[in-house]
Amino acid sequence: MPLHLSEPERHLLSGASGEAAAMAMRVVTSAAELLGASSLVEISSAHIDGCLHHGDGGVEFAETLVKGGGEVAVPTTLNVGALDLLHPDVVQADAHKTDMARRQMEAYVAMGAQPTFTCAPYQVGHEPGVGEQVAWGESNAIAFVNSVLGARTERYGDFLDACCALTGRAPLYGLHLAENRRATVVVDATDVPSELKGRDVFFPVLGTWLGLEIGQEISVIKGLPESTTRDQLKALGAAAASSGAVALFHVAGVTPEAPTVPAALGLGLPSDPAASNQSWGRQPMWPTPRTIELDSGSVRAALQRLSTAAGTDRIDAVALGSPHFSADEFRALHHCLRGRQMGTPFYVCTARDTLAEIDAIGIADELRASGVEIVADTCVVVTPILPAKNGVLMTNSGKFAHYGPSNTGYDVLYGSLEDCVESAITGEVVRSSEVWVW
Amino acid sequence: MSDSAAIQVRGRPLIPGEGSGPLLRLTHPISFWGGVDPTSGQIVDPRHPEFSSSITGTVLAIPAAVGSSSSSAIMLELLREGTAPAAILMGKADAILALGGVVGGELGYAPIPIIEVSAAELERLPDGTRVAVHADGTVTSE
Repeated sequence: MPLHLSEPERHLLSGASGEAAAMAMRVVTSAAELLGASSLVEISSAHIDGCLHHGDGGVEFAETLVKGGGEVAVPTTLNVGALDLLHPDVVQADAHKTDMARRQMEAYVAMGAQPTFTCAPYQVGHEPGVGEQVAWGESNAIAFVNSVLGARTERYGDFLDACCALTGRAPLYGLHLAENRRATVVVDATDVPSELKGRDVFFPVLGTWLGLEIGQEISVIKGLPESTTRDQLKALGAAAASSGAVALFHVAGVTPEAPTVPAALGLGLPSDPAASNQSWGRQPMWPTPRTIELDSGSVRAALQRLSTAAGTDRIDAVALGSPHFSADEFRALHHCLRGRQMGTPFYVCTARDTLAEIDAIGIADELRASGVEIVADTCVVVTPILPAKNGVLMTNSGKFAHYGPSNTGYDVLYGSLEDCVESAITGEVVRSSEVWVW
Repeated sequence: MSDSAAIQVRGRPLIPGEGSGPLLRLTHPISFWGGVDPTSGQIVDPRHPEFSSSITGTVLAIPAAVGSSSSSAIMLELLREGTAPAAILMGKADAILALGGVVGGELGYAPIPIIEVSAAELERLPDGTRVAVHADGTVTSE
């Protein structure tokens, strides 16, 4: 199917709005053709995951756009870079890499993107509404904006996210279209004890299981409490997008496109054949989605998978904050620590804006005085921050548990926030296990 | 090869172009990010069956690309470093690698052809031969 472009889109392509806009439009239209889209869709915001230095080509790309007069066409936030620009000594990289990583981050700021440098832009004021068309990169941010906010993005990656931001357009395909956002799998968590479903520590495990079980399908989870928090949904999506390629999940009664299970399954959408059948009171023609009952064996298998150092009794470091810690999570950490002193290196990764927020209420200084190192703009699995090349890293993050071994050389141990704090104080592993037994 | 009858298969150009080299057939999908070192051109994922093979200058046949969307950035690095394959044949079309090729072309690096070729057609190309990719998407063994 040939790609149809509107008059303003052809204008951008012609170079009349500058060479950078034309180059960005060529990349977006090439992608649209590769993906089989027949037109582009106007977007209202973008989140660029192109600030992280993988090699000098990323710098060359961004600086070429700057030289061509590139400016973002829609409000745009930036994902983490390879440096903590606020605390330059945190990252241990060589001079060339440090220089190039900085240039890469600065080039996107020069194009008008906000210097948020966070994988959780939704925690620093970037919250598109239900049904808004956006172009976001970074797997956890994609899962969150689609699932928890109900805005619509596909999985955008390096280069294409930036080109969408510069043109204000994205290929119209996939999750931009309502009919592709229906759940095809029902996950029934009814039998999981309420005690466990109310705990933060459950959600990265649920997400890990979900990603492994359904890959990139869309699920609706039923049986979770209405009180499920945004931080819990954030942890669920980040883990599911690490172990699988989950870009959208629904939670019945909790997320905006799933007031009910049938709603999430798309029963009632105008293009749904079942909708027209219902008026005659007949059974819907729509294929019956498969249902998976979440049982204790599956949950415990996912829990075990998050630890590669399960037999160890000592840890060498703790890392929290993937996705970046929210102000609420900092309050919980502060409450849990109660002024005690860490006996183990303890890192918490967050956005500079969130850091400013907790600085303002005095929590940041108290945490630092207890030995907590707060990392901004980046995180411990994308750039060298941890004190050694190997050891045992404890975390409450499903995403850190997934990427830790390959990216840092550390073995990982998964536990709750409370487990991480108690273990860090003595260096000896404390893990509460009773909550997992049913 | 003593067999003088050249094999010809037909594919769909994702990025059209010409290139030739020894056929390197990967037996497992690969993520370029974390799987290929653009400085050496080698496969560095120790869990991959073709671990330590060099992809530079080959006609690289892969059943599918998987994993991170940062693979576009690795594709660009391969073009910049001169360590790219001569051509890529993909069993399943993938926008991520092709996008790295598109951006490489924008920045003035010589593009390489990326051709979608069905798994059955890929099977017909004999191992251990040189193959050539042509502008119309046909691939011939030499």
